Amino acid sequence: MRDFSYLRATSVEEAISAAAMPATMLLAGGTTLLDLAKCGVAEPERVVDISHLEGLDAIHVDAKGATIGALARMSRVASDEAIKAHFPAVSEALWQAASAQIRNMATIGGNLLQRTRCAYFRDPVTFPNCNKRNPGSGCAAVTGVNRNHSVLGGNSACIATYPGDLAVALTALDAVVHLGDRQVPIDDFFLLPGSTPDKEHAMRPGEIITAISIPASPVARHSTFLKVRDRQSYEFAAASAAVGMDLAADGRTIRDIRVAIGGVATKPWRLRAVEDALRGKALEPDTVKQASRLAIEGAVDHGANHYKIELAPRVVERAILKLGAAA
Amino acid sequence: MTIVETRAKRGDAADGTLGGRLSRIDGPAKITGVADYALEHHPEGMVHAVLVESAIASGRVLAIDASAAKVAPGVLLVLTPDNAMPIKSATDWLNTPPADTPYEPLARTITFAGQHVAAVIAETFEQATAAAALVKVSYEETPAIFGLDDPKAGDGMPIDRMTIEWGDAQGALATAPVSIKQEYRTPREYNVPIEPHGLIAEWQSNKLTVWEPSQWIDGMARTYAEWFDIPFENVQLRSPYIGGGFGSKALPLEHGAIAINAARMLGRPVKLAVTRAQTFTAYGGRPATRQTIELGATREGKLVSIIQTGANETSIKDVAVEPLGSVTSIMYATPNFSSRQNIVRVNTVKPGALRAPGENPSAFGIECAIDELAYEIGIDPLDIRLLNYAEEDPHSKKPWSTRRLREAYAAGADAFGWSKRHPKPRSMREGNALIGYGVAAGTYPVRRTPGEALVRILGNGSVEVASSGIDMGQGTYTILAQTAAEAIGVPVEVVKVKLGDSSLPRAPVAGGSQLANLMTGAVHKAALAARDELIGLAINDPKSPFRDLQANTLVVENGQISSPRDTGSSIGIAEVMQRTGRERIEALRDTLPEKLRNDKDHFRNFTTITTMLSPTEGDYSLHSWCVHFVEVRVDQDFGTVRVARMVSALDSGRLYNPKLAESQWKGGIIMGIGQALLEEGLVDARNARVINNNLSDYLVPTNADIPDLKVISVGTPDTNASVLGGKAVGELGIVGVAPAIANAVYHATGVRVRDLPITLEKLI
Repeated sequence: MRDFSYLRATSVEEAISAAAMPATMLLAGGTTLLDLAKCGVAEPERVVDISHLEGLDAIHVDAKGATIGALARMSRVASDEAIKAHFPAVSEALWQAASAQIRNMATIGGNLLQRTRCAYFRDPVTFPNCNKRNPGSGCAAVTGVNRNHSVLGGNSACIATYPGDLAVALTALDAVVHLGDRQVPIDDFFLLPGSTPDKEHAMRPGEIITAISIPASPVARHSTFLKVRDRQSYEFAAASAAVGMDLAADGRTIRDIRVAIGGVATKPWRLRAVEDALRGKALEPDTVKQASRLAIEGAVDHGANHYKIELAPRVVERAILKLGAAA
Repeated sequence: MTIVETRAKRGDAADGTLGGRLSRIDGPAKITGVADYALEHHPEGMVHAVLVESAIASGRVLAIDASAAKVAPGVLLVLTPDNAMPIKSATDWLNTPPADTPYEPLARTITFAGQHVAAVIAETFEQATAAAALVKVSYEETPAIFGLDDPKAGDGMPIDRMTIEWGDAQGALATAPVSIKQEYRTPREYNVPIEPHGLIAEWQSNKLTVWEPSQWIDGMARTYAEWFDIPFENVQLRSPYIGGGFGSKALPLEHGAIAINAARMLGRPVKLAVTRAQTFTAYGGRPATRQTIELGATREGKLVSIIQTGANETSIKDVAVEPLGSVTSIMYATPNFSSRQNIVRVNTVKPGALRAPGENPSAFGIECAIDELAYEIGIDPLDIRLLNYAEEDPHSKKPWSTRRLREAYAAGADAFGWSKRHPKPRSMREGNALIGYGVAAGTYPVRRTPGEALVRILGNGSVEVASSGIDMGQGTYTILAQTAAEAIGVPVEVVKVKLGDSSLPRAPVAGGSQLANLMTGAVHKAALAARDELIGLAINDPKSPFRDLQANTLVVENGQISSPRDTGSSIGIAEVMQRTGRERIEALRDTLPEKLRNDKDHFRNFTTITTMLSPTEGDYSLHSWCVHFVEVRVDQDFGTVRVARMVSALDSGRLYNPKLAESQWKGGIIMGIGQALLEEGLVDARNARVINNNLSDYLVPTNADIPDLKVISVGTPDTNASVLGGKAVGELGIVGVAPAIANAVYHATGVRVRDLPITLEKLI
């Protein structure tokens, strides 16, 4: 029987020093950790429970933006009136994620760190080769069943899709991840697999996510999250798009826009090329369609996931037009 | 012993009688958590077994190194083929005599990935799980055939008994003015019940108690008795509640033998629950199928020929046939017909029964094909069905007992608003949604096995019904209480129903949608016998006000015996029992024909399927019928299909409890929506493993995927089909759903998807 030691941290400082020990994992909502432990992917020697730490679950919204404590539950953030008013894409992404039960347990910090749904990653016994689990061992997915795998940001070492929705909205809205005193822009927080798919984010040993901040802006206030998936609930995105847009007083000139997509890339995928193509332009269906095609620049498919290359620009286009129509 | 008591009645007083909408009487126990499911028992000294599975799909086990596992904490036994106590082979469900060779549930030869090769038994589940990971198995691996699309699989071998032919199908097709030819495919699909399979086995000397969810108590108990060489009476199998089976819990499985054997070897109760992943490999679901259908017709759309060639996958060792011609051969009138079927051996677990095996994929083929023909001819898909309506069974040439499919078409079309359909594909839309209307019919045969039941009238005027028949949510407890209440003349609240225990009177398999009909028949017969005896007491008792009256002048109603023709006096059942000094009246009755009324055939009747009558045995062809009308909305850019609304009209004959029958139909329809849009076992061609072996990746519908479902009963009592007039219910609802949705998707988009599931990439 695999034993592990369990430490109930009494302060953030204690959690940080405990988390610096090797083979240590943090326990917050537990929805990912328990799942990964069951399928043999997570085998920590020490588990540091931070779920009860005080002061880490506050949601604060003011004129500068929102600060969301890492331990705030998904469902609470999703239903927060100020978040809904000033960052609708964040609330919408959360509502469409996971199930009601998971949203009631899972924390915002843990949500960012959820691991991929790649079936090969999740079955270490049958598929020992996985560069994410076992660096240098190869990738079973590249030539395997990969309908749900990424078409952007991958390489022959790893094509695992980043599964989350919230991080896509946060990436569009230039959120910042707080690792104690250190602050990392979210687009820098998530790493491309490169030659080290096991390194998924920019956290250093011992660092823990304490909060996420989102700057207030007109684009954040007028934002949306669109998720396309095989079933209507409790399902990861086939493709998703988070869009924030600020229209000029004429109601059709795009003063500013932010776009990110999910379900198609190895990390939440910011679409600066799409944004650049639309900034300053009139919101016209053709213009949007053309710009949305830039979403899949550099995309590479592996057969079964080719549809994502067709789908992603359409989701971007629809999200932008939907936001424009609502303005 | 589990006794389900009838709780306070809701709604109309008539709910308690047969045909009333009584809520499920086992509902409160389930909702409050009181219902004791098999794996929730904790006999003293219970230990835990965990299976070790084959990592390869084809080859043989060279060696099992259990040295590390044996010394792991808490481990009591590492069971392998080499140290297992011998188990005898058993008679199978077709009554095939057992082989002389021993039965080995742990494999030495590997024919599919996930096959059980060893088991670890430890004091705790966690210890057993950890130790199972320490068992090192070495293999000699040979190339595996991953599925129907594997070039190594070939065309398979013909199953001659599946061949159905009349007329000159080839000749008629060749000269038909209009013809179509298409291939239709369904993938591997799984039962995935929420309650996993598993059991707790406990031995007391040579008596075996097994707590296990079971769709067939007596069949499984017989196998266990034969495997372990003990008398049938020494096995007590208990299964009062079942958390979903859908066909997968009717037959004994390898893991059952492993757990029972471990319990015997250790002298301690052993619990074995298969993991969620093992629900994809410890038993099989619906095999993948493919079928080519050719239809020949006149220019008006009248069929002149149907030719079908189909195949389903099976395992390397076993013959599992998914009868693809079952609906094709009876749905439409055609003078010329040919259906042939192959099986193709692949490295998978033996496929099993999954709701409407055969009828389900069969209907997908013919009901899509007839739709394609309608568009080819240019007539309404509903009209082509009426044009080719089979007035008698085209296969057996016998008259239908009842076939209210025409009424179903009419009622369904009216409720759905079929006349609002614009005939041209891709012509109806709302915003980004392409709207499509689709229709497809379905059918399921009436299967008949004789039944048995015990009915007791107790001294306090209450009634007990007892049977080893089971309730897996379909409502057996409830309809048997209603049957007994009505036959005797007592309120349903005083009836207690005991089910799911092999110590009770026998019952055949709860499969093939037969149980409700055969059990209501047996309970009705036993209850009438008990009632007759009660009346006998009433007229023979010296102190009875009914002394010397004729039995047929007495009425039993609401627990009171009265004589309306005479004095009008009335006394309660309890009083009669008390006055006559009787503690109980007991009637055990079966519905076996006289020739089977001997011990051997009685036993065979309940432990094999050899006495089950085919739907065409006798003067009539007996089937239930249904039609589904579907509106889908397909996003024109995303290809996502959503079922917006559905109306189904169904002929299951008389409904013993319409509320429960409607629930069963809807359950089938929901499974059909999942089959149409979501469900597919994904196999990695490199190692023949199903890789989406969990409920996150093997998608079944959520509530959000299901619209309000309208179901309309068009049935009338059919006493040729069953004693009380019911026909098949449980498996009917799913049949025809997938083709109705596929047809609606075509109407919405102009894209014909012939391979399930209809996922978005097939439409963008």
